[in-house]
Amino acid sequence: MLVIACPYCGPRPEIEFAHGGEAHIARPQDPSSLGVEDWTEFLYMRANPKGLHAERWRHIHGCARFFNALRDTTTDQFVATYRTGEPRPDLTTAVKA
Amino acid sequence: MTRFSAFELFRQGLTGQSGWKPQWCSPEPKAAYDAVIIGGGGHGLGAAYYLASQHGLRNIAVLEKGWLGGGNTGRNTTIIRSNYLFPESAGLYDHSVKLWEGLSQELNYNVMFSQRGVMMLAHTVHDVQVFQRHVHANRAAGVDNDWLTPEEAKAYCPPLNISDNMRYPVLGAALQRRGGTARHDAVAWGYARAADRLGVDILENCEVTGIVRNAQGAVEAVETTRGRIKTPKVGVSAAGHTSVVLGMAGVRLPLESFPLQALVSEPVKPVFPCVVMSNTIHAYISQSDKGELVIGAGTDIYTSYTQRGGLHISQHTLEAICELFPQFRRMRMLRNWGGIVDVTPDRSPIVGKTPVQGLYVNCGWGTGGFKATPGAAHTLAWTIARDEPHPINAPFTLARFRDGFLIDEAAAAAVAH
Repeated sequence: MLVIACPYCGPRPEIEFAHGGEAHIARPQDPSSLGVEDWTEFLYMRANPKGLHAERWRHIHGCARFFNALRDTTTDQFVATYRTGEPRPDLTTAVKA
Repeated sequence: MTRFSAFELFRQGLTGQSGWKPQWCSPEPKAAYDAVIIGGGGHGLGAAYYLASQHGLRNIAVLEKGWLGGGNTGRNTTIIRSNYLFPESAGLYDHSVKLWEGLSQELNYNVMFSQRGVMMLAHTVHDVQVFQRHVHANRAAGVDNDWLTPEEAKAYCPPLNISDNMRYPVLGAALQRRGGTARHDAVAWGYARAADRLGVDILENCEVTGIVRNAQGAVEAVETTRGRIKTPKVGVSAAGHTSVVLGMAGVRLPLESFPLQALVSEPVKPVFPCVVMSNTIHAYISQSDKGELVIGAGTDIYTSYTQRGGLHISQHTLEAICELFPQFRRMRMLRNWGGIVDVTPDRSPIVGKTPVQGLYVNCGWGTGGFKATPGAAHTLAWTIARDEPHPINAPFTLARFRDGFLIDEAAAAAVAH
């Protein structure tokens, strides 16, 4: 079982959480102007990367809030968790600091 | 290549069974092929076999990054059934069951297909309504499926607990008698041997690292760990890694890859006559011919490529198994493992052409790809050979997500995800 660091509550076991899929997929600003290809991309297409993945989690059995995480899908190791609305952490600077 | 027969077994017996040859050769990659299949599981090897046997393409190769059948072909719980809801699915999955029925004879290889029946349990009023709808839809589409009362279910599978003091009592079951299991390794090996006999090159330890496209955007070659191979046609049957492989050609897919766990018990004498699945409490179980109970769990909740998963997921499944079959409470489990399954938004596969000329894909089988091995391989081979959809795989295009023709089989996919 993974230990996941909720940015609001701290580290908690995986069974308290729900997985919310890929992060940073913004809802279109002007939906009626979107073409069919853009809708397909927004609704269905996913990066599904082998490696670092930015994804949403929800602390459903805790604070119930959504947050984002960077996780390596080849090891399941969490690299960072951060609050919704914050930009994806730049790991190149994080390593230097 | 020696043909397997009772006579050949007897003849080899005269020399102490020492004259058997390897079942397929391990050639060096050629510089160019007419077509290349990426992925040496049952789906990929099957596609190569049907390309060679039905479409006359003999100068082709199967590229496998590890060993044959080492991915999901060797990691699944080998359940075969076709009781899906929609006519499109009935066409594809039942095509597969029909091919399974003749596969051992066709390949001259015993794939140990056993039609022992697949029983899906209903535990809630909603389950009962959904499964009865499936039974009617299946029968209208010509697929066998029967509704059983709890007593009839117990008569078919005596270990089943149908008492009403369980947390989720059995309210009934849908039984597909033509469903069953097959021997997973034999499927990969049987297709490999049959394809090899027709001249297909089977290249193991050959990982694809790039897909090269020409100025018009069409496929020109693949880069591999064993050198560049020129080819105008590439078929991809890479299961959980399909997003990675098609990413090399710049194609994005509506897939997410999840770990799916399974486990086997110590081997015991025959105690379990059929396959039993329960969507609601997340368990499926059968007994292999070796005697092990083969048990499958639901997917883990997060995407991953690790081929393992959380122990609490298998524990959850074993709790359900122990409640449904109290006689297994003291069985010991021997091994557990995970496979990486590529799941689509509508839980139906994608088989056919891609936006790239010369690139074909067979993916998105999610938690249920093994049952479809012959049917998917057969129709993919058709599409690769003719560059057009087979009538059976035509509804399962990538374009259905753009055009809104989803085939929502979430209820029939059986595994929670």
